[in-house]
Amino acid sequence: MDIESKVISIIVRELGLEESEVTAEKDFIDDLGLDSLDVMTLAMAMEEEFDIEIPDDDVEGIRTVQDVFNYLHKRLK
Amino acid sequence: MGEDELEGKVALVTGASRGIGRAVAIELARAGAKVYVNYLSSARAASEVLDEIKKLGGEAVESAFDVGDSAAVKSAMGDLLKSEGCIDIVVNNAGVTKDGLLMRMKDEDFNRVVAVNLGGAFLVTRAALRPMVKARWGRIINITSVVGQSGREGQANYAASKAALIGFTKSVAREVAGRNITCNAIAPGFIETDLTARMDDKQREAVLDMIPLGRFGLPEEVARLARFLAGENAGYITGAVIPINGGLYM
Repeated sequence: MDIESKVISIIVRELGLEESEVTAEKDFIDDLGLDSLDVMTLAMAMEEEFDIEIPDDDVEGIRTVQDVFNYLHKRLK
Repeated sequence: MGEDELEGKVALVTGASRGIGRAVAIELARAGAKVYVNYLSSARAASEVLDEIKKLGGEAVESAFDVGDSAAVKSAMGDLLKSEGCIDIVVNNAGVTKDGLLMRMKDEDFNRVVAVNLGGAFLVTRAALRPMVKARWGRIINITSVVGQSGREGQANYAASKAALIGFTKSVAREVAGRNITCNAIAPGFIETDLTARMDDKQREAVLDMIPLGRFGLPEEVARLARFLAGENAGYITGAVIPINGGLYM
């Protein structure tokens, strides 16, 4: 599975969203109606799935689904 | 609230082999919760708590681990969460004392008390929070102490750890309120337990003189307060420090 598909399936699983809702440009808080606890939960799930540590500062910078894709591509190079 | 208001809920009480922890474990079981009875070394006492709970028709499981040990907590909580999925109610009660005047207090006497009383609450709560956040329901109940509010000679370490629990309680309460998780502290005064049984008659008299209600409290009284906080009726109470001390400190 490529990174994008993995990320989407994690978001669907951890945050109980519909796969059709989770598109790249969506903002977690403004579009998907999530809050900071959700974003934290998501970051933790990413850490586990990709076996990396995501510092809080980096989490701050993640606003959209695309941000997650970009971040992981950068970290997993 | 009704007889079985905590039916279907899973609770973990740390330091539940004796004293307040024991009474809380029994009371939560009486309310219908499945209770994990954590203890460090008092295996026989813990197993008596289990028997007591089973006699009431309740459900309880032993869970031995040192709350002050990060690796032990990680492992034990990992197993517990794997089998239950979620712990709904966490009662951070495990506490130790190592009394002495500050000038002569050894590093380890200070550090151990803080590691168990405060560190334990941190480690256990952190592990329990994630599934609680997902489940959008939870109760965290921290047992602090009147001593954390007023201070006490010979207990700078204990008082520090208990006062710290108050700041911890309020911070956690703010963080997770959005998920219908409440985090409160109970501040018992002098309660009839092993900790207070060790007082000599002169000390007891001196303390009783300071308590407006003129008696020590019972562990069961603290337990009933914990039971109330664990239920739906206390859903609007969070970040609170509820004293139960006979008026000793107001």
